[in-house]
Amino acid sequence: MDYDAIGLVSGLEIHQQLDTRTKLFCGCPTVVRPVEEHNGEFCRYLRATASELGEIDRAAEEEMKQVRRFRYLAYDTTCLVENDDEPPSPLNEEALEVTLEVARTFGMTPIEQIHVMRKLVIDGSNTSGFQRTALVAVGGVLPNGGVVESICLEEEAAQRVEESCFSLDRLGIPLVEITTSPCLRTPEEVQETAAYIGMVLRSTGKVKRGIGTIRQDLNVSIRDGARVEIKGVQELDLIAEVVRREVARQQGLLAIRGELLARGATVEDGATDVTDLFRGTKSSVLKKAPVVLALRLRGFAGLVGRELQPGRRLGSELSDYAKKCGVGGIFHTDELPAYGVTADEVARLRHELGAADEDCVVLVAAPRQIAECAVRQVVRRARLAFEGVPEETRKMLEGGSSAYMRPLPGAARMYPETDVLPVAITPERWSAVRAPELLTEREKRYAAEYDLSASTAHQLAYSERLPLFEQAVGCGLQPGLASRTVLATLKELSRDGVDIGLITDDQVIAVLRAVEAERAAKEAVPDLLRAVADGATVGEALAACAPAVTGEDLAAIVKRIVAERADFVRERGMGALGPLMGVVMAEVRGSADGKKVAGLLKDAIARVLG
Amino acid sequence: MTALLSGDRVACTVGPTNLTGTYITDRDGMRVVKLDSGYNIGVDPARVTFLERIPAAPSPGVEAAQDPDLPELAIVSTGGTIASRIDYRTGAVTSQFTAADILRAIPGLGEIARYRTQVLATILSENMTPALWQELARAVHGAIRDGAAGVIVTHGTDTMAHSAAALAFMLSTPVPIVLVGSQRSADRPSSDNVMNGVCAATAAVSDLGEVAVVMHEGPSDDRCAIHRATRVRKLHTSRRDAFASVGSPSLGTVAYPDRTVELAPGAVRRGARPLALDDRLEPRCGLVQFFPGMEPAQLDTFTGYAGLVVAGTGLGHVSTPCIERLGALVKNGTTVVMTSQCLYGRVCDRVYDTGRDLLACGVIEGATMLPEVALVKLMCVLGRTRDPGEVARLMQADLAGEVLGRTPHGL
Ligand SMILES: [Zn+2]
Repeated sequence: MDYDAIGLVSGLEIHQQLDTRTKLFCGCPTVVRPVEEHNGEFCRYLRATASELGEIDRAAEEEMKQVRRFRYLAYDTTCLVENDDEPPSPLNEEALEVTLEVARTFGMTPIEQIHVMRKLVIDGSNTSGFQRTALVAVGGVLPNGGVVESICLEEEAAQRVEESCFSLDRLGIPLVEITTSPCLRTPEEVQETAAYIGMVLRSTGKVKRGIGTIRQDLNVSIRDGARVEIKGVQELDLIAEVVRREVARQQGLLAIRGELLARGATVEDGATDVTDLFRGTKSSVLKKAPVVLALRLRGFAGLVGRELQPGRRLGSELSDYAKKCGVGGIFHTDELPAYGVTADEVARLRHELGAADEDCVVLVAAPRQIAECAVRQVVRRARLAFEGVPEETRKMLEGGSSAYMRPLPGAARMYPETDVLPVAITPERWSAVRAPELLTEREKRYAAEYDLSASTAHQLAYSERLPLFEQAVGCGLQPGLASRTVLATLKELSRDGVDIGLITDDQVIAVLRAVEAERAAKEAVPDLLRAVADGATVGEALAACAPAVTGEDLAAIVKRIVAERADFVRERGMGALGPLMGVVMAEVRGSADGKKVAGLLKDAIARVLG
Repeated sequence: MTALLSGDRVACTVGPTNLTGTYITDRDGMRVVKLDSGYNIGVDPARVTFLERIPAAPSPGVEAAQDPDLPELAIVSTGGTIASRIDYRTGAVTSQFTAADILRAIPGLGEIARYRTQVLATILSENMTPALWQELARAVHGAIRDGAAGVIVTHGTDTMAHSAAALAFMLSTPVPIVLVGSQRSADRPSSDNVMNGVCAATAAVSDLGEVAVVMHEGPSDDRCAIHRATRVRKLHTSRRDAFASVGSPSLGTVAYPDRTVELAPGAVRRGARPLALDDRLEPRCGLVQFFPGMEPAQLDTFTGYAGLVVAGTGLGHVSTPCIERLGALVKNGTTVVMTSQCLYGRVCDRVYDTGRDLLACGVIEGATMLPEVALVKLMCVLGRTRDPGEVARLMQADLAGEVLGRTPHGL
């Protein structure tokens, strides 16, 4: 597709959790906990505050359509700050330092005096009703010539456990937000840029790893379309696909707009109560609903059911809007008869509403108040179809399509966090900030310095256990042994169900030191680490797994074993080496180096044969 | 060069980046600018240029409708806001005091009562004074005399309990007088102002007939506790449920959001007492907390004072050298009342020698009174009489629920 011709404009907003010792505004550790470990809970209501003009932010207002009571889970690793029951501590300096390092990498200019703001968020994910955020630096450049508009430091929101229940462990973890200008012109460019920014963030060595620790929001628009923000893209590899699908959706909506206008389609207010019509229906949804309301959309037939993205139609958009009122979804005649609704019922429905063939009828089944709210929402969205693409915040669905979340937030929804003092970034402080060595450079350096293959160097640079490798080679261990342990051994153990998270970097290094000191064999490393993961100290593991075998002992063992099997050796010649290796290694329980054993065995066999 | 006013459109530069926004104020040598993105930043004054003066937006003149069929409550505000408005253009948060503003800020109030409002003061509660207690008592008295079915006093939380006690000692009331505030600022969506405000109004139209503090009962937004004015204390710096009844049960609860009121059997009921005001008060009184090694000379500060409340240790003790000095104060005409920094329990100076020595010096046992409540009461009592026997009798008598006849177990 010629994206230039359709006027694709896209920007990125990347949120990355930082791996700091404490949270952004309190002394709690930045650990995410299993939900069942919560040790307290409480309930709160959130309410949007009126702004100067008596307006409530439109995104906030959308959330308020349903008055909701939120339940929060607390842990022994959360405190009154997360509970919104204590003022925040000063801004976390460690998090600020990492943010400045990233800013330095992009060639940005820091703000001289950083002010923490309160950004209104009343979906329950922040106990306070706002997210604390601070603009740290502006004006950066990307290698492809794109612009990094800003870098902000903000607090992570609470994790949603279910509908209106949130877990406080994640709330307050420092989050870096990097925003590019809408400078990206192809889906591939968006994905490459996200990958580059992710690499820069990882280069600091201070970011959280794993699913959910980095999230990409995409801004996408095409000519005559509208700015749409797609939130929460977690897989990097899906980004280009998400952009492609959004382009398709906007093109589809524009085409529908054209047809609606050509047909002279209209949307009227007011639904018809057709509850009685479905008294005897086989559709359980309609049958058990207190009220069924029907809305005629003139000239919409065929368009409501038209696919915009895989699995998504205009009908899905209408349904998303209706769901804000609490209904499970809607039916429309483009997809009927189906779901237990018969052709006869559809005919009677059309007759009842005076709907012609070119009209589409939408059904909403729910208690009256909810159904009426849902009808109003369907009317609202149907009218937006005449404008083409509504400006929206959407959430990514599995596969790369997206669903409506809320309107784009208005600009006026921030005010100062008066409980946190501004932080000055003095020229002295800024000049002391160093950009981290990029992983792309580090990869090249590893290959050259440690004589590793390009692919091993690459894997190491991007590995979660990179600090372990750094520490290992830093204290003089062989890079080959260290890289094998990081890239292969630990992975294999993890695959075998060993919780390698329980093995500290220091313990791994102690094991590797023992190997280099010949107190254990390379072959014993997996068993040793397994024992450590099971709770043994490194000393205990060495004692249990690999009682030290001295060179002399080993020579004696080899000599004895060959002597006992002299006939076998004579019979098989050097072919006896393999089987005898197994016998020796079993006897020394891995506490001898395989190469060394092989050497001794070869000599001993040669002597027998000799 | 134009001198900048808050609200002016300005341009500024951060490195090579040009930005525009609204000038807010100067802080620590920097110009604070609210960028069009909503973020505030501090910029060197040399890098900020004036663009345009924007006339201030008119205040919203939305008049909140009041239901004439509902009972009328008076809201007397002293500061400590339960309603505020944010100007997102400048980020400024302003406190709101008119009935219309409060009704708009606290949805649900309009279903409970009609309101008339009076702004008595706009001070932080740590700046409250005995003179203001008197003014407050007169204002509340006037409102009740004029027919209010109840009075809500909005108050900063730091000294809310002191003011509550002062009202309880100065007023006899047939209707509820409810003090309320918020622990988390009213500008935040999570503020406790809405629930506290709704529960306070509910308590103010309820069957209660005394002065009370109505604030969050626990960490959740599900209930407020009604505390007796003379038994309540702020026991936490920041939690929503900072207030607790000390040594006696609370007067009841108001559930949220369904507004069910439950009153304890001991709560004074509406109409049980006549309306009366005695706003006489002797402000020359002090409160001092004893500590090990306290130099007796520190007590000399109170020479010439009409009264002094001591928060002693345990059952109500101070060191032997301090006893002498307290005796000298008593001899010099200062009424000295002993309370305990334990807060819970009764003062009893007849158990140990130091206690008996205190009594011999003429120090009055403060029974079960909280130290600050004893102080407020002493001011009121000394405002009414200087007869030592009468002062001693009144200080040990129960005037407003402050002296417990029995110390209940389990509290
Ligand atoms: Zn915390």
